[in-house]
Amino acid sequence: MFKIFEQIGRYCQLMGKVFSIPEKPGIYGRRIMYEMEALGFNSIGLTAIISIFIGAVITLQMAINLESPFIPKYLIGYATRETMILEFSSTVVALILAGKVGSNIASEIGTMRITEQIDALEIMGVNSASYLILPKVVATVLFFPLLTLLSIIIGTIGGYIIASATDIMIPAQYIEGLFYCFRTYSIVYSLIKMAVFAFIITSVSAFCGYYANGNSLEVGKASTRAVVASSIVIMLFNLILTQLLLT
Amino acid sequence: MIKGEHISKSFEGRTVLNDISVEFETGKTNLIIGRSGSGKTVLLKTLVGLHTPDQGRIFYDDVCYTELGFTERKAIRKDIGMIFQGGALLDSSTVVENVKLPLDLFTDQSEEEKRARVDFCLRRVRLEGADHLYPSELSGGMIKRVAIARAIVLNPRYLFCDEPNSGLDPQTSVVIDNLIQDITREYNITTIINTHDMNSVMEIGEKIVYIHEGHKWWEGSKDDILLSDNRELNDFVFASAMAKRAKQQIVK
Repeated sequence: MFKIFEQIGRYCQLMGKVFSIPEKPGIYGRRIMYEMEALGFNSIGLTAIISIFIGAVITLQMAINLESPFIPKYLIGYATRETMILEFSSTVVALILAGKVGSNIASEIGTMRITEQIDALEIMGVNSASYLILPKVVATVLFFPLLTLLSIIIGTIGGYIIASATDIMIPAQYIEGLFYCFRTYSIVYSLIKMAVFAFIITSVSAFCGYYANGNSLEVGKASTRAVVASSIVIMLFNLILTQLLLT
Repeated sequence: MIKGEHISKSFEGRTVLNDISVEFETGKTNLIIGRSGSGKTVLLKTLVGLHTPDQGRIFYDDVCYTELGFTERKAIRKDIGMIFQGGALLDSSTVVENVKLPLDLFTDQSEEEKRARVDFCLRRVRLEGADHLYPSELSGGMIKRVAIARAIVLNPRYLFCDEPNSGLDPQTSVVIDNLIQDITREYNITTIINTHDMNSVMEIGEKIVYIHEGHKWWEGSKDDILLSDNRELNDFVFASAMAKRAKQQIVK
């Protein structure tokens, strides 16, 4: 138990270093663009593929389980939309990104630690935590909500495709369901959640990598720790944010 | 000049450095030598500020480094260049980007000025035509040259080298050694090299400090080594039978 508090303390200390005043903001601008491409843009494909299949599967599941003359068919489209917006495109996509981006960040920074690249930055007088981690945090907090939007759009398209390709319902009913009782706030809620999750994935993974020491085995362990810890913290904050934002 | 006074350092109860006092002179190539695990890397990292000594003080010229705050230390660090054992180049940056990084972060020079300085440093270490290669595309000797170019790009007053020859063939080692010595003399830098390469010791050892089991065991020049009767030093420097015979010949 004491170790958890010790780790939280070290994490807070590291974040203090990360958010201290940068040496040259111009340099950070270029690095943020680089990280946006490396961490965000390169995750579009994975997000799109998973979203289209999940959207299709949700629609199929709803159609199978809501088979009743008393339940209007358009509710299938409605349920797909709500599932995508409220949970899948933020929480589940965040968990997937914790696996892809989180392990990438932890292993990158961990390797830099064991090959003395971080020491080299420190010797130059560079705030290594800020130089390496801040651009990643800013890039993901700005870019991951766009992935959420993309996931919502592609997921609902996946539902539409399966509705059109099979006889489970008339596509027009699916479209009607998509617009039924639509609340813009749900999208805002989803984007806020994803921004918070992006911060968690990047900062927790960077923390695991930054304090890695030893050899390549330790980098592997740091990478695993990053994914596990990010996933747990995401689930915890999912609960907290849902309570705060939706009740 | 860099001076350490009564430096001690332990890790988890194990004493690695024990009351070491040492002075390294400006314009000379100062060598720290010793067996693997003797504490020489810890001494170098303590002198450069990567480890905090448990006891003792470190002076950079007249400034007591160990008593400085974070901001004042940062100012001194801009006068320090360091060459790491593996080069420690940033993997995601090209040769030019690696060398230019300190200029990007700490100067207000224009892109043209920075580029001119980078080109000068790369020429100085005799590395041309590799500007846009990444560290993974370089040989061991080229990595060391880039590391040296990056270390000197801001005109440092102090240069630290952690086993600059490790993993290099003897010929390339001599080239790197001579390059470091030339730069030291040319810019009047205080250079400290941590090595267990005996070729380096005999080639450029103007001042040598031998560390044995965490203690400063001996100090002198490369010429003094040949005449020294210090048993541990002789066992370390003249480890092979051939080297022992060579020393006996020289002594005779």
